[in-house]
Amino acid sequence: MKLGVLCSGGKDSWYACHLAMQKEEVVCLISVRSWNEESYMFHIPNIHLVPLQAEAAGLPLVTVETEGIEEAELNDLSRAIRLAVEEYGIEGVVTGALLSVYQASRVQRICHDLDLWCFNPLWYTDPESYMEKLVSNGFRAIITGVFAAPFSADWLGREIDRELLHDLQQYVRAHHITLTGEGGEYETLVVDAPLFKKKIVIQESEKEYANFRGFFRVRRAILEAK
Amino acid sequence: MILLVDLSWKARSLSRDEFVAPVARIVSRAGYEWREVHFSAISSQDINDISGIILCGTAIKDNVFAERAEEFTWLRDVNVPVLGICAGMQALCLIHGGFLRLACEIGMTTVRVTGPDPLLDNRQSFEAYELHSFACDPPPGWVVMASSDRCVQAVRHPNRPLYGVMFHPEVRNDQVVEQFCALCRT
Repeated sequence: MKLGVLCSGGKDSWYACHLAMQKEEVVCLISVRSWNEESYMFHIPNIHLVPLQAEAAGLPLVTVETEGIEEAELNDLSRAIRLAVEEYGIEGVVTGALLSVYQASRVQRICHDLDLWCFNPLWYTDPESYMEKLVSNGFRAIITGVFAAPFSADWLGREIDRELLHDLQQYVRAHHITLTGEGGEYETLVVDAPLFKKKIVIQESEKEYANFRGFFRVRRAILEAK
Repeated sequence: MILLVDLSWKARSLSRDEFVAPVARIVSRAGYEWREVHFSAISSQDINDISGIILCGTAIKDNVFAERAEEFTWLRDVNVPVLGICAGMQALCLIHGGFLRLACEIGMTTVRVTGPDPLLDNRQSFEAYELHSFACDPPPGWVVMASSDRCVQAVRHPNRPLYGVMFHPEVRNDQVVEQFCALCRT
């Protein structure tokens, strides 16, 4: 079955892509670039790097832009998926949804209306086991946004490794954040993955941080041989 | 031992992690052992020495199980509790003389309980996650336990511990699966 993967550039969409590739044929990525930083549907930080990730993975990318107005942005997502059907003949869509009924049910609705399959291979996955698999399977993701206490500026740009997982687990216990960031506490960017033929090297970046809210903005990045 | 039956269009499909694994996690957390089998591979050996069966859901576009309803005839004679979730409820209804009709629900919906039952925690109404394009007209004599604005949401056999729920209890209604597991123990 030919599938398109909804890709925000973060760990969940790339891990979902990895799972989909083990069972079906992933023929393209689909990305919605929102101009609204508060969008409920689409992850923002560093979405401009998805084309570089797509190149790293050797996958074509379908991109549309949206103003990110609630509900109207769903028409833009539907437009992106229709483009993927026309250009790459996709029969279904894969998402990295973990727990968000809001996001999942909207994508399910669009797929249903377009008579497409919809797969959410990380749906209600066990957070500990998922994060462990992410690291042990060779995914390299960095923290590109923090949006909750007690995250400090030091978290921005950190790579998700066992040390970071240990620190996150402390926060889960003490501050009730979700381990996976599903509550919007942090965002990630994948810079290398088993399915990448090249890795992303960040050459220039800057941090913005105040009051437990911060961004790690990648200004320049290139692909390098692995 | 609870048997989880995967109703997806093929064994080890991409849907398995979405519809079987979350149910398995609830069963494990509740302290019960489980094993799983795809509906196309079920044998009499699979239903020996088990205390209950959960028929899991499928992707909304996946109606292969309904096209192959004859592969569920074993459900007519099963003598342990059965919980059919969404596609599982549809299979359970079909094999006992019920019918399917088009009725799509996606997302959270209010479910009103019309026949209180411990399986539904004796609540009067609750919010539940829906993901189906067909609904069930239950088999003759089956008890309707709950409904939404669109369709029947929960049914049970008049005399045997056979239950069907159209909503997905693995999303925000874990206690339905837990109550079912408790029923399997008794």
